[in-house]
Amino acid sequence: MNSTATDPGRRAVLGGGLAALAAPALLLRAARAADEPIRIGFPTPLTGPFGAEAKDQVRCASLAVAQFNAAGGLNGRMAELLVRDDKLNPGEAATRTLELIEQDHVACIVGSLSSSVQLAVNEVTKARGMLYVSISQSDTITEASDFGRTTFHEALNPHMTAGAVARYVFRPGMKVAILLADYAYGNEMAAGFRRAAAAMGGVEIVLEQKHPFGAADYSTFLPRLRSVKPDVVCICNFGRDQANSIKQAVDFGIKRLARIVVPVLLYNQRLAGSADAFEGVVGGANYYWTIEDRVASAKAFNDAYRAANNGAVPSDYGAYGYSGVRLMLEAMRRAGGVAPDAVIRELEGAHYDTCKGPETMRACDHQAIQSVLILESKAKSAMTSPADLFTVLATEEGKDANLRSCADLGHKT
Amino acid sequence: MQLDLIAVQLFTGVALGAVFVLLSIGLSVIFGMLGVVNFAHGAFYMTGAYAGVFCLAVTGNFWFALAAVPLLIGALGLGVERFLIRPLYGRGPDYPLLLTFGLGYVLVEAVRILFGTDGMPFDTPSLLAGGIDIEGLGYFPAYRLFVIAVTALILLLLWLLLERTRYGLIIRAGARDPEILSILGLDIARVWLLVFGLGTGLAALAGLLAAPMRSVNPEMGVAVLVEAFVVTVIGGMGSLLGGAIAGLLVGIVVSLTALWMPQMSTISMFALMTLVLLIRPQGLFGRGLSR
Repeated sequence: MNSTATDPGRRAVLGGGLAALAAPALLLRAARAADEPIRIGFPTPLTGPFGAEAKDQVRCASLAVAQFNAAGGLNGRMAELLVRDDKLNPGEAATRTLELIEQDHVACIVGSLSSSVQLAVNEVTKARGMLYVSISQSDTITEASDFGRTTFHEALNPHMTAGAVARYVFRPGMKVAILLADYAYGNEMAAGFRRAAAAMGGVEIVLEQKHPFGAADYSTFLPRLRSVKPDVVCICNFGRDQANSIKQAVDFGIKRLARIVVPVLLYNQRLAGSADAFEGVVGGANYYWTIEDRVASAKAFNDAYRAANNGAVPSDYGAYGYSGVRLMLEAMRRAGGVAPDAVIRELEGAHYDTCKGPETMRACDHQAIQSVLILESKAKSAMTSPADLFTVLATEEGKDANLRSCADLGHKT
Repeated sequence: MQLDLIAVQLFTGVALGAVFVLLSIGLSVIFGMLGVVNFAHGAFYMTGAYAGVFCLAVTGNFWFALAAVPLLIGALGLGVERFLIRPLYGRGPDYPLLLTFGLGYVLVEAVRILFGTDGMPFDTPSLLAGGIDIEGLGYFPAYRLFVIAVTALILLLLWLLLERTRYGLIIRAGARDPEILSILGLDIARVWLLVFGLGTGLAALAGLLAAPMRSVNPEMGVAVLVEAFVVTVIGGMGSLLGGAIAGLLVGIVVSLTALWMPQMSTISMFALMTLVLLIRPQGLFGRGLSR
């Protein structure tokens, strides 16, 4: 009995002693944190079928960091980009993200390119209260069930992208067939096209054909697609899947029957694919370099990128890397520090212009309201330079009405 | 479901099957004649496509590339056999297996360093661009018909080589009993060298022929290695006829699955392999483990 009575006392003494010992160390650490660099964790699939897009994201993110530092950083605190290969694997991405948080003590996470991988990253950042700017398309990430108060979705989402493309291409009386990759991105994009078709009325979705993610051969999916005699074929897949499926669909004569439409027309896939196969394909984009003719921030971004990359121009997904990092760093600068609550206050409802004209970070669901470009791939003969790949057919300016309402997403308003 | 759609799907399956046959011949030849499980098969396939990109950039002529690439990569295969595989003969099948596994990584990394990690465009040769309307089947790309013809031609030539020439007799005898062959005074090492070169040359040819359909990137061989193994295992390790029939069978199964359960089409070939292994472990036309 005696020993148990003395135990709490001993613990208190021990605990107090330890605390006294630890206090200077903590103070020291807090002092050091002020001049430690602001580390930004950047998971992205450097290896695998989205590698081309991922590498451009890194180039653009590095550019945003370099510009922040050149402008003096956060009261002299410099930023530092920690790039990690998530290998396009949700488990790998979660592990790398956890390491970035626990071992590298990052101030925030920006990145992840694939829709399913970003959801895995989001689970980790949500659980740790870590700031995260997601730059991959997703509708679910801003829905109430997946929502994290530290998560901000800078990318377009399938509802906006597929919706804008559908509003441009679909007309009442049309028959539409959809070929989609069987994972989050394909399913969300197909849902985007479906919702837009229903809202328009008179557009009939005659077929939804799923294909396995990462398929090399699409020939077996095409006879059924042809047999329904569609006016429009929407191909909802990403990265190399896009280049391969468009090439093979054209080989099998789909373009002779129908207009080929993609939710996102990828700059890098058009480069790796052929001009002939892509000719006339219509799709959406968050960014295309020629908007510099009318958008000042795009001109500044392109020029900085050109200077750093031997005159090349940034890609669409690259622009996400830039805007995601810049958005976060500028919010930290305005907040005067990296404390999540202060940064969140700066981001919610923020009006900003990183590289594509005005955007607004919607406060209720943390989705960036922004423009969607409608692009058409040029014929080889119409190209004036190797980077002259697309014509901008139209620009759907960002407006709240083109997004699902926050009530619809399950948020309390 | 309409019958004509099923007919089209069957035909597409046969055409896809021809591609599978093409992808697996090189693997099958090397295993059948040397007993070496070549895990670098996919990498040689990929290297063939890149050699094609290189040849096209230099000469601009697809037909020249078609002739040069198998010779170029076949020569690389000769070097690999002579200096890397040969010291491992007689040490059991796992040694060359591990070696080629590592070699596959080396080749992929080498290509990434030389050509970058992004994919590369590869246009269909202009002579074979476009397609033709086949009565009852609809529009079919001319290039795929060309690939089917080339595959049939390769199979015919290989069969003639193995079954109708003196050299083929030596190769087959070497596969059966190399010891007797050496006792008879034949240089078995040279036979094996040439067979390995032939197998890698065929892998490279497959890569080049696939490039206009599937585009070119450093990882293009990864899935192909798996597909080639599935076809070879179903057909029976080392059986040329088995490989051809298995390839067509896999193509048809994948195609019909794509019609009814499209998202399962990739998995269907593995289901077929499992089924064959359960019923006939040596494969449809395999001789079983005689050695």
